[in-house]
Amino acid sequence: MADKVNNRSVFFNPFAKDNPVVVQVLGICSVLAVTAKLEPAMVMGLSVTVVLAFSNVIISLIRKTIPVNIRIIVQLVVVAGLVVIVNETLKAFAYDVSKQLSVFIGLIITNCILMGRLEAFAMANKPWPSFLDGVGNGIGYTIVLAITGFVRELLGSGTLWGFQVVPQSWYDAGYVNNGLMILPPMALIVVACIIWAQRHFNPDMQEK
Amino acid sequence: MMDRLRPSFEEGGKLHAFKSVYDGMDTFLFTPSETSKSGVHIHDSIDSKRVMIIVVLALLPCMLFGMYNTGYQHWLACGAKEFPFWELMAYGFLAVLPRIVVAYVVGLGIEFCVAQLRGEEIQEGFLVTGFLIPLICPVETPLWMIAVATAFSVIFVKEVFGGTGYNVFNVALVTRAFLFFAYPSQMSGDNVFVATKPILGLGGTAPDGFTGATPLGQIATADLASGAGVTPIGLDGVAIDSWQSFLGLIPGSFGETSTLCILIGAVILLATGMASWKIMVSAVAGGLAMGAIAHACATPLYPMSFVSPLDQLMLGGFAFAVVFMATDPVTAARTETGKWIYGFLVGAIAILIRTYNNGYPEGAMLAVLLMNALAPLIDYCVVEANVARRRRRARVLTD
Repeated sequence: MADKVNNRSVFFNPFAKDNPVVVQVLGICSVLAVTAKLEPAMVMGLSVTVVLAFSNVIISLIRKTIPVNIRIIVQLVVVAGLVVIVNETLKAFAYDVSKQLSVFIGLIITNCILMGRLEAFAMANKPWPSFLDGVGNGIGYTIVLAITGFVRELLGSGTLWGFQVVPQSWYDAGYVNNGLMILPPMALIVVACIIWAQRHFNPDMQEK
Repeated sequence: MMDRLRPSFEEGGKLHAFKSVYDGMDTFLFTPSETSKSGVHIHDSIDSKRVMIIVVLALLPCMLFGMYNTGYQHWLACGAKEFPFWELMAYGFLAVLPRIVVAYVVGLGIEFCVAQLRGEEIQEGFLVTGFLIPLICPVETPLWMIAVATAFSVIFVKEVFGGTGYNVFNVALVTRAFLFFAYPSQMSGDNVFVATKPILGLGGTAPDGFTGATPLGQIATADLASGAGVTPIGLDGVAIDSWQSFLGLIPGSFGETSTLCILIGAVILLATGMASWKIMVSAVAGGLAMGAIAHACATPLYPMSFVSPLDQLMLGGFAFAVVFMATDPVTAARTETGKWIYGFLVGAIAILIRTYNNGYPEGAMLAVLLMNALAPLIDYCVVEANVARRRRRARVLTD
């Protein structure tokens, strides 16, 4: 392409300023579904990052040969192939987590972030920037998942990554885990809090 | 004294930063020098502080009866035969006082902070909410849970939407719903609705393994094969009849057991014009209609459907929700036709949830919250229908 893309901003912008979840509000469905615990949230984030990075590269490589009319189908085929690979890998090496994530790995295909990046970036850019863009957006997605999963697991189950964090003496004193944190609605509220904090510290991002 | 302090809070004074706190205390303790010209919710033009105080007055009978009933149930649980009135009242008072204090301190604290941050006057909307919260929770709810739930609902239901008068959902009900979903074991079941421990030397200790489920809880878990639980049994081992549930001498959340006291509150609200009679009447109609339908097709699958429609209205939080929650002018429907639809659906859905989902015996809470969400839609449809009708009429006239 003629206009030069700045690799640095391509990679770092999605972390916060252009975050796919809290700024573009994409991929909310999976944030609700997998963040009840920290571990599946991180695995999900990693899977999306891998799929996103490689599908971006593949689509970017063949972007000039894809007929415009069927580009969505081609993109889906590429993504689906990668998702199957990731799914099988998880089943082989992290069976417990893959059981917890159940259909949501498969549903990465329908994750709006993927289609968004493929359409908006990979179709118009060279492979290397596309790869950076994929990794950057994947990490941005993972950051939000990690924060949400951290808060929800800590308050909802009193554990982090499966380890007991809240001491037993608290429970004896009458502390009870917040059951609402396990339920999906709370993920929305946690994400809303992240958005709130982010907009608060970046006044120029506030929507009028 | 407040007048002497005033200059230091004015613009330029050294304590100007705390002006909203000063204003709040001043108008709370003394008559404000200027009352609001229009209400915080634009559909009513009475000073909102006066509205709040009348609602609190209407809630007082429930509060007083709640104290008595708490003591009464406690004495029953301890197996007492005599019920000294003042001791019962004192016990109930001591049981509820910390809950009121916690709700007010947390809620008002957040309101003060937000008003301070925004540089606005303190909004008095929490006066009623703080009074409602202890009334709709079980007596044994731990204090810190009330604090967490109150903080959650004041921040996320009220302040983020812009404060008093802008909330989509009823704040007190969201507090209850938050408690219900976050701490289910503390909010339902057999052990939370009756106080079992002595307070400041008053009362006794209930025997170990004591259980005191609410009538609704008993019916929902009734085993129809053996016939146990279909008729709820009071703590004294005698079946609860309709008269008892009307008076309210049954286990339940603090202030919502007595239909009689709720009716007194309803009369106060209606006489002063604070609440819409349309919502109350249509909600009762909706409850009766749904109750009758459920009763007509009663199945052993849903034990609640054997309860007669009239008893449905008197058990649990139905009456309380209809009188004090559904009529909240901020979250209810605002068009007059809309109020009929809104009320009817509140009543019908409350009984529907209660009867056909044994997991949620307290359907009234969920019904009001659901209808809160739908109220703007109802209003929109009513207004649009009206516009269409008038346009048609205008066309007929011009033709």
